[in-house]
Amino acid sequence: MPEPIYLDHSATTPVRPEVLGAMLPFFGPRFGNPSSTHRWGREARVALDEARERLARALGATADEVCFTSGGTEADNLAVLGAWRALRDGRPAVVSTPIEHKAVLAAVERVEAEGGIARLVDVDAQARVDPAAFAAALGDDSALGSVMWVNNEVGVIQDIAALGAAAREHGALFHTDGVQALGKVAIDVRALPVDYLSVSGHKVGAPKGIGALFIRRGAPIMPLMHGGSQDRGRRPGTENVAMAVGFARAVELAVAEREAECARLEALRDHLEQALLARIPDAVVHGRGAPRAAHVLNISVPGTDSESMLMALDLQGVACSAGSACQSGSIDPSHVLSAMRVPHELAVASIRMSLGAMSTEAHVARVAELFPALIAKARRLSGLSTR
Amino acid sequence: MPFLTSVFGNAASRTHSFGFAAEGAVGEARQRVGDLIGAAAEEIVWTSGATEADNLAIRGAAEFHAARGRHIVTSQIEHKAVLDTCKYLEGQGYRVTYVPVDTDGRIHPEAVRESIAPDTILISIMLANNEIGVLQPVVEIGRIAREKGVLFHVDAVQGAGKIPFNVALANADLVSLSAHKMYGPKGVGALYVRNRPRARIAPLMFGGGHERGLRSGTLPVPLIVGFGKACEVSRREMPAESERVGQLRDRLKQRLFESIDAIRVNGSLAHRLPGNLNVTFSQIEAEALMMSMKDIAVSSGSACTSASLEPSYVLRACGVDEESAYGAIRFGIGRFNTEPEIDFAARAVSQAVSRLRDLRRSSETL
Repeated sequence: MPEPIYLDHSATTPVRPEVLGAMLPFFGPRFGNPSSTHRWGREARVALDEARERLARALGATADEVCFTSGGTEADNLAVLGAWRALRDGRPAVVSTPIEHKAVLAAVERVEAEGGIARLVDVDAQARVDPAAFAAALGDDSALGSVMWVNNEVGVIQDIAALGAAAREHGALFHTDGVQALGKVAIDVRALPVDYLSVSGHKVGAPKGIGALFIRRGAPIMPLMHGGSQDRGRRPGTENVAMAVGFARAVELAVAEREAECARLEALRDHLEQALLARIPDAVVHGRGAPRAAHVLNISVPGTDSESMLMALDLQGVACSAGSACQSGSIDPSHVLSAMRVPHELAVASIRMSLGAMSTEAHVARVAELFPALIAKARRLSGLSTR
Repeated sequence: MPFLTSVFGNAASRTHSFGFAAEGAVGEARQRVGDLIGAAAEEIVWTSGATEADNLAIRGAAEFHAARGRHIVTSQIEHKAVLDTCKYLEGQGYRVTYVPVDTDGRIHPEAVRESIAPDTILISIMLANNEIGVLQPVVEIGRIAREKGVLFHVDAVQGAGKIPFNVALANADLVSLSAHKMYGPKGVGALYVRNRPRARIAPLMFGGGHERGLRSGTLPVPLIVGFGKACEVSRREMPAESERVGQLRDRLKQRLFESIDAIRVNGSLAHRLPGNLNVTFSQIEAEALMMSMKDIAVSSGSACTSASLEPSYVLRACGVDEESAYGAIRFGIGRFNTEPEIDFAARAVSQAVSRLRDLRRSSETL
């Protein structure tokens, strides 16, 4: 079998060597618990504080505004549920969109289950959220607005400045799920009307099991968990020191390399996209008409289905997905594509290719050859079976 | 290492071999963690650690069974993750009974039985206390819970991997575990959730529906694999290791008692984790003692409450007076400690104690 090609960087990424190097001592000799008062504990505390400081600086925040979590899901839950539970008495509503990651959507559903009000603002066919519609939905009873910065399935980038400003005007706080935005768009929370920002380690070359929530100084938050005074009570539990250190390093690298790396990925993605569209003229690229992150290509070919295409690709060593890994057991068409009103026939055929550090020109060239060939084969087979 | 670098897939990716490899590794780890406590692999739910496991067990059970009742029985010496969760639930309209302990730090099963009311939905008792290492009669308590039809949660964070513990024997429905207390990494833990009869709980975090909907979020594959390995090693080495560590602990106790007077052990010695020794040196403040021994890492109690200046609530619950509670030191002996280290530590402690007592005497005579 030829060299495997990993085109699922939006699902997860391998740990970068620099990150691994930064973490290793904390799995070994520097294993202390940062809450312990002795030498081992103090050493771990220093490392954790420094990681917090460095991560904060990379996002334009201050150290006290960074709350480490177990990952993106916990960060999203903490933001949505934590802010709403703190503010629910005067402001019972939360406004979000139907294209959010399940971690936000499920938290919003939970708000409803706890007696709150949830409103989802429609997106257009390019997955864009209209700030005016968002403002209207916020009304004067919303505690929080939550819109993801970069969509994980189609890569569409939202106008976070305008959406955050709309929330401010309506007296609501604003959360953005920045998990897919980190390292892909410029992030400076100082310059943006964002009160909460979720980020995750394993999308940027840090390991799975670490994430963070930026909580603007003074923004209210009810913790999801109780016990222990870690992170000033916002997030109890022994801190994951090694991964916090690795995460900070990964984010610094991702921010420093962002422009060059995104230019490289965009060239690769555009090359792949053009090659595929040239050879499969009736293929549809989702979100192509909106500003899009450089690394995502979500494509549907009529008359094929995602599942068999993904299997055929995997047999050839090419790893892609039909959308979010978090729902990849599901057979329903993507909720993102449904919200964009993509016809069912296309929605069930969608393939997400997401490029990243492992992607090369050779990979793209091979997929540009292979994909149309597999499509042709799939269409022949489905043509036979319908006859 | 491979699960950080080459085998890096997302275990939830069901569309390619990278994902399958990760999922396979997670499954193997699940089996290993299950084997440690006599559980089936599918009864293990991964969490970010013990705090989350305790929160999920208690809040999850409280919420799911709220219609049936709103009373919880726990003890006064549980870990903060349990106690603070119970405090939170009290604010949400639940009643909580905090069963006391005797001067040995032991909970009496009958006290648990007596506190069960018709609306009791959960009993939460720790296997071994984190400060004094005292083992609780979880088998007896589990029997009572089963008899009364009440869910039984065991916070086994400090005991699992060190002493035998079996979910069937203890009739436990929910069991919290943490990797980093048994030589695994920080950032991962687990909650055992019984399948038959099924223990029903509500989730704490919402999202992609991972872990049978009980805990959403991408699994930290490398941490999970490490946790599985730690469980396997603990299970294999437990008989020999607990013997060895117990001997070191007894040696330390003997050396301390030989060289220091006015000293006492807090909590039962008979029912205790092999690696734990918690002693009070009269007229000594633990903080001062720890600061005067820079080469020895001990603590005055739980790391999770070390920011607090209050004396240990665990010792206070055992009837230790406030001054003695301030003088308590916890020694946690483990896999990497040796006899020479024990002797070195005993000498250092005894020297520091007599130095501090001399200081105190001379300041009193001034």
